[in-house]
Amino acid sequence: MSRPKILILHVSGTNRDAEAARAAELAGGAPEIVHINQLRQGERKLDDYAMLLLPGGFSYGDALGAGARLALDLRVYFEDQLHEFVDRGRLVLGICNGFQTLVKYGLLPGDPAAMQQDNRETVTRRVTLTENASGHFECRWVHLQVNPNTPATYLAQIDDLIFCPVAHGEGNFQVVDEITLNALAKDNLIAFRYVDEEGRPIGGVYPDNPNGSVADIAGITNAQGNVVGLMPHPEDHILPIQNPLGRSSRLGLPLFRSMIDAAGKG
Amino acid sequence: MPIRIEVQSPHASAANAILHGAAALGIDGLRGCTLARLYFIEHDLTEAEINRLCTMLLVDPVTEQARWRSVDAPTPPSEQASGQQIVEVTFRPGVTDVPARELARSMAEIGIEGGEVVTGTRYELEGELDTAEVRRLARQLLSNETVQHFSLEPVIPHFGVAAAASGEVERVALTGLSDEELLALSRRRLLSLDANEMRAIQDFYDQLGRAPTDVELETLAQTWSEHCVHKTFRAQIDFTWEDSTGEVVSKEVIDGLLRTYIRAATDAVYPTWLHSAFVDNAGIIAFDDTHDLAFKVETHNHPSALEPFGGANTGVGGVVRDILGVSARPIAATNVLCFGPQEYPHSQLPAGLLHPQRIASGVVAGIADYGNKLGLPTVNGSVLYDEGYLGNPLVFCGCAGLLPTGSHPTSPQAGDHVVVLGGRTGRDGLHGATFSSAELTHDTSETAGSAVQIGDPITEKGLIELIEAARDASLYTAITDCGAGGLSSAVGEMGESLGVDVELTNVLLKYPGLVPWEIWLSEAQERLVIAVPSENLPRLHELAKLWDVEVSVLGTFTGDGDLRVRYAGEVVADLPMEFLHDGLPRRYMNALWREPAQPAASPVIKDAPNDLLLRMLAHPNIASKEKIVRRYDHEVRGGSIVRPFGGPEMDGPNDAAVLKPLGTWDHTRAFALSAGINPQIGRNDPYAMAISAIDEAIRNAVAVGADPDQLAILDNFCWGNPTLPDRLGALVRTCQGCYDGALAYRAPFISGKDSLYNEYNGTPIPGTLLISAIAIVPDMNCTVTAPCKSPGNLLYLVGSTHDELGGSLLHSLYGSTAGKAPGLPDQGLETYRRLHQAMCNHLIHACHDLSEGGLALALAEMALGGRLGIEADIPSSGLSPISALFAESNGRLVVEVAPEDALALEATLAGSSFTRLGVVTERQQFSLAVDGTPTIDLSVAELVSAWSRQPEGVTP
Repeated sequence: MSRPKILILHVSGTNRDAEAARAAELAGGAPEIVHINQLRQGERKLDDYAMLLLPGGFSYGDALGAGARLALDLRVYFEDQLHEFVDRGRLVLGICNGFQTLVKYGLLPGDPAAMQQDNRETVTRRVTLTENASGHFECRWVHLQVNPNTPATYLAQIDDLIFCPVAHGEGNFQVVDEITLNALAKDNLIAFRYVDEEGRPIGGVYPDNPNGSVADIAGITNAQGNVVGLMPHPEDHILPIQNPLGRSSRLGLPLFRSMIDAAGKG
Repeated sequence: MPIRIEVQSPHASAANAILHGAAALGIDGLRGCTLARLYFIEHDLTEAEINRLCTMLLVDPVTEQARWRSVDAPTPPSEQASGQQIVEVTFRPGVTDVPARELARSMAEIGIEGGEVVTGTRYELEGELDTAEVRRLARQLLSNETVQHFSLEPVIPHFGVAAAASGEVERVALTGLSDEELLALSRRRLLSLDANEMRAIQDFYDQLGRAPTDVELETLAQTWSEHCVHKTFRAQIDFTWEDSTGEVVSKEVIDGLLRTYIRAATDAVYPTWLHSAFVDNAGIIAFDDTHDLAFKVETHNHPSALEPFGGANTGVGGVVRDILGVSARPIAATNVLCFGPQEYPHSQLPAGLLHPQRIASGVVAGIADYGNKLGLPTVNGSVLYDEGYLGNPLVFCGCAGLLPTGSHPTSPQAGDHVVVLGGRTGRDGLHGATFSSAELTHDTSETAGSAVQIGDPITEKGLIELIEAARDASLYTAITDCGAGGLSSAVGEMGESLGVDVELTNVLLKYPGLVPWEIWLSEAQERLVIAVPSENLPRLHELAKLWDVEVSVLGTFTGDGDLRVRYAGEVVADLPMEFLHDGLPRRYMNALWREPAQPAASPVIKDAPNDLLLRMLAHPNIASKEKIVRRYDHEVRGGSIVRPFGGPEMDGPNDAAVLKPLGTWDHTRAFALSAGINPQIGRNDPYAMAISAIDEAIRNAVAVGADPDQLAILDNFCWGNPTLPDRLGALVRTCQGCYDGALAYRAPFISGKDSLYNEYNGTPIPGTLLISAIAIVPDMNCTVTAPCKSPGNLLYLVGSTHDELGGSLLHSLYGSTAGKAPGLPDQGLETYRRLHQAMCNHLIHACHDLSEGGLALALAEMALGGRLGIEADIPSSGLSPISALFAESNGRLVVEVAPEDALALEATLAGSSFTRLGVVTERQQFSLAVDGTPTIDLSVAELVSAWSRQPEGVTP
């Protein structure tokens, strides 16, 4: 089977693109780091790729809030392409700043009814990623439990916890009300939760939950299951030698493998 | 009609930090605080457009609320609730305001063209506060008047005033001026040149028969500055050594500190893997068959004292550009920070100084902001607290980079273009003129014109990408950082052998109105200068467009040996490069070293060793720095093999970082970064400080698996006023220690930097030498971390302990630096080689270096990091139990070995001194005996608790 082509989007301030590419490569993909200017100038076309990966970093310095200006870019220059890409079931993965961008844009958790509205900019977001409860950037390793029952069914093939670092200042997942949270849970859109090293729920307790996210949410998916976002960095744990505890399990690689396999079948 | 948009954002942690800060200032009336972001937009926006901006960009609908009005409208009652006071803060005009720029660009993206943007912050304060208290809060907590201004009512934004371009050039008459008049002129224009140097310029222009232009005079002052040519380190020094009674022991003439001690050491050992030392922006060593590593450490002390965030922020930015300046891709950052005591009473703080807590908070935030945004793992460093740094904090910023071997071009050709890349040029950093003289309580400045700015890491990130692409396409023939002295230094240095002709109106400006010398001297950040052959310009423009980097082509390298600067065609400077670079008269200086009165009595140690150990663990210099370190991304790039912390709880201290660069995963080589610093020993004996810092940096690297035979070091001196003979005498002794230490370990210096004149009101900082090491780790699978690993394993001390407590942590607990300072160990290098061999043979499970606090503290850190107990019996070998436990002799490490490997380890270490100490235990008890007598007995929980107590207030 040929390797699915993966577009790794680079904009001013992107910085985990090279590691993401390496992870994607190791997981069987054919990654290409593409600058947003190449897309704008038509040198590359989103449509030619099986998967879009928005990597970590500080797009445009996050000067107007994490991911806000990149989300604006996507809306201004690529809205139709992006929606077509998603509607056709192609895969999108947002890590850290990429997750923030997908949330700020509204692709995550996504709302099919809202997507169909003509005037998309007036859609009111019901979830956000805001400043960490600690008020500052923090880098530490965390454990993630993957929800096997999400619409992103391919994630179910990840059969262990994922152990990997977070490195962010605005990863605190919050919702506008309880109804929203319940809906996310009911629809199984909560794809990743922070847990302790035994895989047990942690009830929001720091530092296992590193940022104060409600319900220990580390990442979510859309209802279609083809757009996934998470704050932690599975791409920084793709080989045992990267493991600070010296163990050889709980790699982040299976996440890439599951998505790239799915992209290949797409 | 300018618009004011206010976005209220509920951030409990920021509000809490302000409440704490107010309490620390002794202002108890503050009960609550809310924050809002302010955006001022000079544009006729419709209501629909404003709503669109808010919805799409400025306001998070889940957590925030916004309100807006015309700036000119009267303050509505809702903005000024009763019982509430407000402070609004905006940047001064010309200070980098990245959110404002990004908002302006975003507006353009959605079709709102033009219109200036200013951002700010609004604080709503609740409680019983009088106006004086609010003003104090504004001044000492909420704003920094160096770069911001505040208002106690809704602020009126200062939009840039359109000014016309100006070609104004002044001619400065020097003819006939006396030495006093020359000196006065130097002082008035902030040239930092002495009478001798001014006279050389006077003579030169008298021979030419004309007066220098301001552009020429400023260029000479920059090129001849301490920062650029290291006058002190090149000066001829009359060095007098006296005994403690003032009797002269010896006199000698030193032909330059750099030449005699630092470069001499490098020349003496010059290994084949050393590719570049001292000649470029950074030192370069071989990494593997196809890659080199570059390493540089800089200081940014004075800016950080005045504006901690911006000072540290641009400190990182500067050293990263040094790495770009050798065509390397920056891949890791380090930092070492020296602050005043965090609990220093506000009431005793001299006027004009920022409180050490505020400095620490700002510096840490500034480093985190820049390094994290560049995507650099910040992997190694240390933080020291000492009253000696109250007026002069030290901020050492390091950066390592990777480049393909031989890919760094250094020869511009006649006809090549002078090209500036990156940020725009503004009035930033001109002689530090942006800050008020009241805050310049330092009587001398570290460098000519290193002033305070806020960095713009995203622009620098673009430079990183562009330089890598341009280097790989061989588009340029030379490259250099645009740092101190701005274009004058960068272009002047690059054109030294050829001469250049540049046109200043080609420089892209942030705003109009700069006169020629300001453009030429501006120290605006995030700029690089490269030399580009004509045929490569189109490709360079293409790449720059792709990476969103601005380019300006200033002129050409001529080949006529002159520096010619024009403004709109008019020549405003015309200097022979020869005079610019060789016309500086050499300095002659006097140094005096007087031996300390002998023997200063060592303190009598009466406290129980248990208490001593706990006090050491909780000492601010020893205790966990986790709260600081976790603000830095130490994982980005996925190559962190040994990180700042280890052990099952990932909170035990490691000795050094090991990194595997992206792009080199096809083999197992990696590299280590480490540091050694001990100003406390310097107070006892500066020579011993140098020896100890070198030994510490090397053993830290060896402790994680680095090869001591592939290790290079960097020197960074932070010192007082070198024109005073006692300061210079101590500096001479330190340099002598550097020479002896480097030779003993066959470790070449590859780069160095000095920051002098660190004095406050006549009191110098403790002379401080930082040694940083970069070393090859031959096999990333053979790295070792410090925390204990497995119960039943044996612990050995490698190296031998002497009665060396001078400058020790133990004595500092008693306010003393007395005693014999640590010297060079016997067979230090041979021992490190043998230990390294043992690591390569996978014999070592844990390894920790012994430095402050000696053996007892090292063992305690291994136990607490591993959450395991230790049971050890330490042979005193004729020393007192206190010395056996706490002496700080160099050349020592503790290693953990499996019992079945003990014989193999002993065989590998044969010829070196080693001692079996005891075992690692499952039971979490830390029990040390000396010669069989139980001496320390503590639970691991007690160790953890003492060590994890964070220094108060370090919650930036």
